[in-house]
Amino acid sequence: MTEEWEAPHPAPTVHEDAPRKLVIFAWSGDLDKVWPQLILATTGAAMGMETTVFFTFWGLFPLLKNDKKHGRNRRLTGENWMQKMLSSMNHGGTEHLKLSKMNFAGMGPWMMGKLADEHKVASPTQLMELARDMGVHMVPCQMTMDLMGLAREDLIDGLEEPAGATSALLEAQGAITLFI
Amino acid sequence: MSITVTQTLDLKGLSCPMPIVKTAQAIKALQSGDVLEALATDPGSVPDFIAWCRSTGNELMEQTKEADVFRFVIRKR
Repeated sequence: MTEEWEAPHPAPTVHEDAPRKLVIFAWSGDLDKVWPQLILATTGAAMGMETTVFFTFWGLFPLLKNDKKHGRNRRLTGENWMQKMLSSMNHGGTEHLKLSKMNFAGMGPWMMGKLADEHKVASPTQLMELARDMGVHMVPCQMTMDLMGLAREDLIDGLEEPAGATSALLEAQGAITLFI
Repeated sequence: MSITVTQTLDLKGLSCPMPIVKTAQAIKALQSGDVLEALATDPGSVPDFIAWCRSTGNELMEQTKEADVFRFVIRKR
């Protein structure tokens, strides 16, 4: 039976003068924060907002390529032993993200991935590709790249030129800003 | 008067944010005045569809529910 149907709760009011720009500072590289970063970025783009994600610090690592060199197996980026050690302990890419709690040596993310599949929740890998396809400006932080020893070719394609805090804050003027 | 649907989008089973993201992508490919019919099962997508239509200016012409499926008929602005 088809019925005319009213929403059980009212949709949020839309303000005419609301910002039409969204800037997300993606600071965390944990699965439980990368997910909302990308969900909000793709939704912002879907709403027609000019959307920018500035990837900084741990948040930069999900931008690494999901290949053998950069993903879980043996990513050794960097120029000195400290950067190499960091890269061996902090895997890049979107496929092997850790949870900030209940990680249980990877058991947590595995179960989370299984649940996400069952509930048809898009994975971070899918959302990252979607964000790029939808024209989200994805900006890696130059300082973090230098600090962690990550080169442009270590990162996925389709990103904007690496930038600094000034350009990020300039972009954030008149925008909704989120630090995740 | 019946509405001529240009395209039907099956979003059944998908969770946030995919119903809205896929709708936005489909609308983008349509012409102004075309009508998109979106079928979703995620209850959370209901307020999202209403909000999305309001904020993007696309017209939510019809909103119905059949069994567990929410149906939204949207005309591209």
